[in-house]
Amino acid sequence: MSLVPESPQSATAIAAAVAAGEQSARSILDAHVARVDQTESEIHAFNHIMREQAMASADEIDRRVAAGEPVGPMAGVPVALKDNMCTRGVPTTCSSRILEGWEPPYNATVVERLAAADAVVVGKTNLDEFAMGSSTENSAFGPTRNPHDTSRVPGGSSGGSAAAVAAGFAAVALGSDTGGSIRQPAALCGVVGVKPTYGAVSRYGLIAFASSLDQIGPFAHTVADAALVHDTISGHDPLDSTSIPSAAASASSDLARGVEGLRIGLISEMMGDGIEGIAPDVLARTQAAADALGAAGAHVSPVSIPAAIYGLSAYYLVAPAEASSNLSRYDGVRYGQRVDGANVAQMNTATRTSGFGEEVKRRIMLGTYALSAGYYDAYYGKAQKVRTLILENFDKAYEDFDVLLSPTSPCTAFPFGDKTADPMTMYVNDVCTIPSNLTGHPAMSVPFGVGSDGLPVGVQVLAPAQGETVMFRVAAALEALR
Amino acid sequence: MSEERDLPDGWELVVGLEVHVELGTATKLFCGCPNQFGSEPNTNVCPTCLGLPGSLPVLNATAIDYAMRLGRALGCDVNPSVFARKNYFYPDMPKDYQVTQYGLPTNTDGRLELADGFVVIIERAHIEEDTGKSTHVGGDGRISGADYSLVDYNRAGVPLVEIVTAPVIHTIEHAKSYVAELRDILLATGVSDAKMEEGSMRADANVSVRPVGSDALRTRCEIKNINSIRSIGRAIDYEAHRHIDLYNNGDAPRQETRHWDEAAGRSRPGRSKEDAEDYRYFAEPDLLPLDPTPEAVAAIDAAMPTLPQARRAALVDVAGVDARDAALLVERGQDELALAVVQAGANGESAAKHLTNNLADGAGALTVAAFAGLLALESAGKLSSTQAKTVLGVLAASGGDPAAIAAGLGFEAMDTAELELLVDQLITDHPVEWGRFTEGDKKVQGFFVGQIMKATKGQADGKVVNQVLNARAAG
Repeated sequence: MSLVPESPQSATAIAAAVAAGEQSARSILDAHVARVDQTESEIHAFNHIMREQAMASADEIDRRVAAGEPVGPMAGVPVALKDNMCTRGVPTTCSSRILEGWEPPYNATVVERLAAADAVVVGKTNLDEFAMGSSTENSAFGPTRNPHDTSRVPGGSSGGSAAAVAAGFAAVALGSDTGGSIRQPAALCGVVGVKPTYGAVSRYGLIAFASSLDQIGPFAHTVADAALVHDTISGHDPLDSTSIPSAAASASSDLARGVEGLRIGLISEMMGDGIEGIAPDVLARTQAAADALGAAGAHVSPVSIPAAIYGLSAYYLVAPAEASSNLSRYDGVRYGQRVDGANVAQMNTATRTSGFGEEVKRRIMLGTYALSAGYYDAYYGKAQKVRTLILENFDKAYEDFDVLLSPTSPCTAFPFGDKTADPMTMYVNDVCTIPSNLTGHPAMSVPFGVGSDGLPVGVQVLAPAQGETVMFRVAAALEALR
Repeated sequence: MSEERDLPDGWELVVGLEVHVELGTATKLFCGCPNQFGSEPNTNVCPTCLGLPGSLPVLNATAIDYAMRLGRALGCDVNPSVFARKNYFYPDMPKDYQVTQYGLPTNTDGRLELADGFVVIIERAHIEEDTGKSTHVGGDGRISGADYSLVDYNRAGVPLVEIVTAPVIHTIEHAKSYVAELRDILLATGVSDAKMEEGSMRADANVSVRPVGSDALRTRCEIKNINSIRSIGRAIDYEAHRHIDLYNNGDAPRQETRHWDEAAGRSRPGRSKEDAEDYRYFAEPDLLPLDPTPEAVAAIDAAMPTLPQARRAALVDVAGVDARDAALLVERGQDELALAVVQAGANGESAAKHLTNNLADGAGALTVAAFAGLLALESAGKLSSTQAKTVLGVLAASGGDPAAIAAGLGFEAMDTAELELLVDQLITDHPVEWGRFTEGDKKVQGFFVGQIMKATKGQADGKVVNQVLNARAAG
C-alpha cells in the first residue's frame, strides 16, 4: 500500500509563503504532523519526534513574520534529521542501544545552520545502526518501511530520512552518505538525494562512521528544494579541519539553464559492462535518462572508469578500518550504555557486546583486522592505493566530460529479509554509489520513472570536486524531462 | 656525593630516554579549553577533549609553532608530518585512541650537546595529545584490583612533544645532564614550564646493559613514572643492577614496562611487551597533513633565543669564566649580567665568583654599571674582597653608587704606609711568632693577617697585608 502524498508542497514554496505571511509556519507544521499521526505507525521513520520544540520554533517564526522582522531562506520548512547528527538536549542514538538515552550537550553545525535559516526540525530519523547498512534493517529499534510499499525496505542507511520526505512527514531531510547512504534510499523512496563534495558540508556533530568518507546532504521532493538545503548547510566551518576553506559552489544558481552543449558520460562499467547484477529495468531507465538529456541538447557518450569495479572491495577495507577506531569510544566509561564487569576491561567488553548489533560488530572486526600489524600493507594500505587509482580514473574522465551518469541502486526497493542472510548481497547495493565517496566527488540521485514493479528508479548524476553547480543543473533538467 | 653505584667491571650501561613535555600554550591541542594545571577536576573540558560522539579536532597553531621551535633548538629537521591514531582502550583516553605522529613526525634527526661535550642523538620529537589522569582507589593503586577509579579529563588533549633519544647514553651522569639540559632549553625557548613535579615534563628510561666491547642491544625495560632528575639516576641504577644480577644468575630480563617506586627505591613490572597491544596506527582522517614552509622554519630560526650551550660557551670563551661557574650562571640566568660587566671592562672570573658565591638569590637591584664600578674598586685595591661583598649586598638590595656606599660604610682604602706601620708594630710585639714566620712557617701567617684585620676592623686588603709581610721577611 502506498502512503505517498499526491502533490506535496515544495520547500521553496513553503519558505516563500511563510516569509510572505501567506501561510503560517505553524499551519505547515501541523499539516506535516497530521500525516505523522496518520501513518508513522506503519512507516517508523522516526526514532524521536520533536513535537514541542517544532511547535515552539514555528510559532516564533510566525511571530517574527507578523512583527515584520526578517526570516531566513528556509522559514517554516519542516526538516527531519538523521539520528546521527547531534542535537542539544535531544536524544541522539545512531539507532544503537549503546547510545540509548544519550543527549548531546551541543548542536551539529548543520543543525545550527538550519536553525539560522529558520527551518523547523520535526524529529530524528531511523537509520541502520551507526549508518552501517542499506535497508535500515540493522536499526536496533526496528526497520523503517518504504512509503511506496510498506512490505519493502526504504534503503539505507538514511532510510528514515528518505521515508520521512517520501511520506510527507517533512518537506526535506538531512542524511549522511558514507557509501551511498543518502543516494540509495533516495532512489528506493522516489525522492532527490545528494551527497555533496567531501568538505562542502561540515561534519562537526555528525557521529562518525568512516571519517574520510562521511558527508551530510539533503533529501527533498525536488531538485530545487535539495539545492535550497545544500546552499543553507554548506560552506566553511572552522570546527571541521576537513571543511573546504573556499566558498561552497552554489547548487541553485544554474537550475534553469538546461543541458545544451554539456558533455555527459555514461559510465560503461555501471551499464552492464563490468559490474554484474544491475537490474535490466534500472539499466533501461538510466539509458532513457541519457537519451532524454541527449535529445535536450547534451552530448552524451559512454565513458570507461576501469577501476570502478574495485570500489566495493576498497570501500569495505577503508570504511570498517576507520569505523573500528571511531567506535572505540563507546566503552561504557563516559556516556550511553554501561554493562558492569569485574574490572574495567570486562566492563568495556560487556558493554560493547551488549550495546552493538551484529553488523556493527562485523565491521569493527573487519576494520581491526585490516589495520593489524602485518596486515596493514596488504589491506588498508592497498585499499588506499585503489582509492587513488579510482580518483585518477575519474579525474581523467572529467577532462572530457562535465558530468557522468549511472544508475543509483542496482535494484528497486526490495522486500524485508531479502538480503540479510549474506552480508555481501547487501553490500553490493552500494556498488554504483561507493566510488564517489572514495573520490570525495559530489553525486546525487534523481527519480526517473519506475521499474517493472512500479517502484521508483533513481538515476545518479556525478560531478567533479566542487562541481555542484553543474550537477544540480543536469539534475534539474532530468527532473523536467521525467 | 653520588647515590649511584658503579657498574661491576665488564658491563656497560645502555640508555635511551623518552621525555614527554607539555607545551605551555594557553589552550589545548585540538580545542579551545584552557591548558591549565591544578583546576577543579573535569572543569577544563568540552565535547572535543571529552571525545563526545560527533566532535572533531581543530589544530592549535601555537602548539605547532612551539613544537617546531623546540625541534629547531634541538637541531632537528622540521618535516612535513601526518597525525595518526594510536588505538588502545584506556578509561582516561576519551576517544580510546590517541592522536599522535607516527611514521612522519614533525621533528627528526637532532642532537643535544651536554656541558662536557658529550652529544646525545635525538631520533625524533613528535607532537601528540596528553591523556586524562586516573586515580585508582583501593587495591595497590593500580587499575587492576582497584575498587573503583576516578578520571579527570582536564589534562586530556593538552599538547605534548615527545623527545626520543637514540640508545646512546652510557652513564647515569649523562642521562641526568641530558634531562637537565633539555629542561634548560625548554625554559630558554619558552615552550614549556618543564616542571617535573607537576608532570609537565616526564621522563621514561629505556635501560639495558651489555658486556663492554659489545655493540649489541640487549633486552631493554622501559621505566616509567620517574618524577625528578634525581629519580632518573636512582631508577637507571636500580634497573642496570637488576639486569646484571639476572645475567649473572644465568637468567635474562624480559622486555617489559616497569614503574619506578620512588619511596621503595625499586621498579615493579607493569605491562609486558610480549602481550602488548597492537596499536593499529593509521593516518588521522579528521586532520590535514602539516607542511611547514621553509619561510616558517626560517622565521623560527631567526627568532630563536641564544640557547644554554651557546651561553655557556660565551662565558668561557669571551669572559674567561671556568666551565663549572659558567654552567651555574646560565642555569641561574646570570650570564647576561656577567657578560655585560666584562664588556664594561671588568674581569670575568671575579665577576663570576661574586655572582656564584654572593648572589645566589639573584642580582636584585644591581645594575651593570654599579657591578662594573664595584669590580673596578676591588681590582684597584680600594676595597677588600670582604668589603666588596658587603657593598654588593647593598647594591643588590637597594641599588646605588658603589663608591658612595663604600664611603658611607667607612670602607676607606687604607694606604700601604699606614699598613706598614701596623705590621712593624706587630713584629715588635710578637718576636717569637715573627721568628717562625721568617723561618718559613706559613701557619703563623694567618695569625699576623688576623691580627691586622682585627686592628683595622677588616678594612685592610688581605692581599696587600701578605705583600707587606713577605717584604719585611725578605728584609
